[in-house]
Amino acid sequence: MSETAQVTEEHIQGSQKKPKATRDAYGETLLELGRKRSDVVALDADLSCSTKTGKFAKEFPDRFFNMGIAEQDMVGTAAGLALSGKIPFASTFAVFETGRAWDQIRLVVCYSNTNVKLVATHGGITVGEDGASHQALEDIALMRALPNMTVIVPADAAETASVINTIVDYKGPVYVRLGRAKVPYVMPEDYQFKLGKAFVFHIGKDANIVAAGITVDMAKKAAGILSQEGIDTGVVNMSTIKPLDEETLLRVAESSKIIVTAEEHSIIGGLGGAVCEFVSEHCPVPVKRIGTLDTFGCSGNPDALLNLHGITVGNIVDTIKASLKK
Amino acid sequence: MSVITNGKITDIQELKSVAKRIRIKILHMLTQSGSGHTGGSLSAADVAVGIYFSKMKFNPQNPTWEERDRFIMSKGHAAPLLYAIMAEAGYFPEETLDQLRKVESPLQGHPCCRKLPGIEVSTGSLGQGLSVANGMALGLRLDNNPARIFCIMGDGEIQEGQIWEAAMTAAHYKIDNLCAVVDNNELQIDGAVEDVMGIEPVHDKWAAFGWHVIDIDGHDMEEIVRALDEAEKVKGKPTVIIAKTTKGKGVSFFEDKAEYHGVAPSHEEFDKAVKEINNE
Repeated sequence: MSETAQVTEEHIQGSQKKPKATRDAYGETLLELGRKRSDVVALDADLSCSTKTGKFAKEFPDRFFNMGIAEQDMVGTAAGLALSGKIPFASTFAVFETGRAWDQIRLVVCYSNTNVKLVATHGGITVGEDGASHQALEDIALMRALPNMTVIVPADAAETASVINTIVDYKGPVYVRLGRAKVPYVMPEDYQFKLGKAFVFHIGKDANIVAAGITVDMAKKAAGILSQEGIDTGVVNMSTIKPLDEETLLRVAESSKIIVTAEEHSIIGGLGGAVCEFVSEHCPVPVKRIGTLDTFGCSGNPDALLNLHGITVGNIVDTIKASLKK
Repeated sequence: MSVITNGKITDIQELKSVAKRIRIKILHMLTQSGSGHTGGSLSAADVAVGIYFSKMKFNPQNPTWEERDRFIMSKGHAAPLLYAIMAEAGYFPEETLDQLRKVESPLQGHPCCRKLPGIEVSTGSLGQGLSVANGMALGLRLDNNPARIFCIMGDGEIQEGQIWEAAMTAAHYKIDNLCAVVDNNELQIDGAVEDVMGIEPVHDKWAAFGWHVIDIDGHDMEEIVRALDEAEKVKGKPTVIIAKTTKGKGVSFFEDKAEYHGVAPSHEEFDKAVKEINNE
């Protein structure tokens, strides 16, 4: 099975395809879905140029609803559209989608269990220069705490397309977190996203890195470096953060001396939190969480910010080495 | 498919007697459960009866019938009113009303669409129903479905900013298969609406937001039916009915009392109240 395959050249080197932002893949996939299915509708809160729902809007003006700068109303309207049998994709920046409209998501999406797809872009600190007000570092925690909610963070443009094509056929609330920045292709060519199923590049006997989103690329690079130094390091793309792929995580934990989680999110309540919650109850093994600490972001270019918060290949490598030495 | 629409009632006297029965059911339910919202359930009772029994088409045997008209109780604390109406309409047996607010009951403290068929969307956190109503209306329009949406809000509820976001949306998208109602009983938990956070001029606000506004006495069944007829004829813009009502209407010792917002009647009060309603 590909899940336990050895690290191949492609896994370490990555794809030769040019990096692409996950939000671009979303815009294109939503447009294709619109062409295939008349029940797909889209909503945005005055950010359709940035979230890329604008492509869908241009071709299907009757099925696109710009709600203006009114996220709460957007989520409520999306729920209503879902209750009329439509499949609404509602998009804005992650910080506004999950923060401004949290109670709406709670009541008329999750509690009412409506078929609303919340696809947010500009997640994490790679939003960059706009600064803390625009950097969602708590969105996964906010969404993960809600019953009925599914939470997905795709790693690259291809996985994003696969995710969007998958969730359109899943009935129920889904939150998909996408990014602003271009990201390299990290998943194998033949990869297909499966809801609730992690993708295992390799399970290491020493350390394993559980990542999601942009950190999957870092994890692969870190594992390559560590493996060359004789530290058998595995990499798991946990793109579905909720429901967590507990079966895979258990296998990973059983094989690990240490697990490192890496995410572009607060270490509180996100992927790191989810992994700790599960591992501590079912297979206690030391877990180190890499992500933003209990702090807000700030302005800066994305790479500088990733460095500042230690969300880097180097920090993953160092964290694993330091932990194994103890 | 044969469709039961509960036979729309056109006779005003008959609608009034339905409203009396609904009031008694509400009080019975609240007395049984020992908690719940008396004042706002009674204030909106006549308008809700008018909507359900003179206007709406629905089928209690098939609550998800695609062509049904939809009703959203945005002021979710008036759940007892909605449950009383649904029992009267035949969605579930009358005995179920005794389950109000009990553990694992379909009749939750605030309406839950996943527990009770016929509830369109869960409400209870105020200010959200109108947005959902808009979305439903837009979805129906895309399908050329002639069904209509009704949404009752509280007057205190329109202090929520989301209501005005939704008010803009309905006008912007020319949603005319929607009829909203403001249950204008002028009281909220902490006291008079105008003292807590004034909302006047209510009529002008909705008009300025692009709505067709109809002002009525929310306890005059003739005016209620006439307003609902008018709303159906307005095209190209949404309609809101501002229903001037009395909190606790129908029971003299509950009327116009903010303190009965969230308090259930005692058994003694219940007996007295039923006598009053029947003697009216």
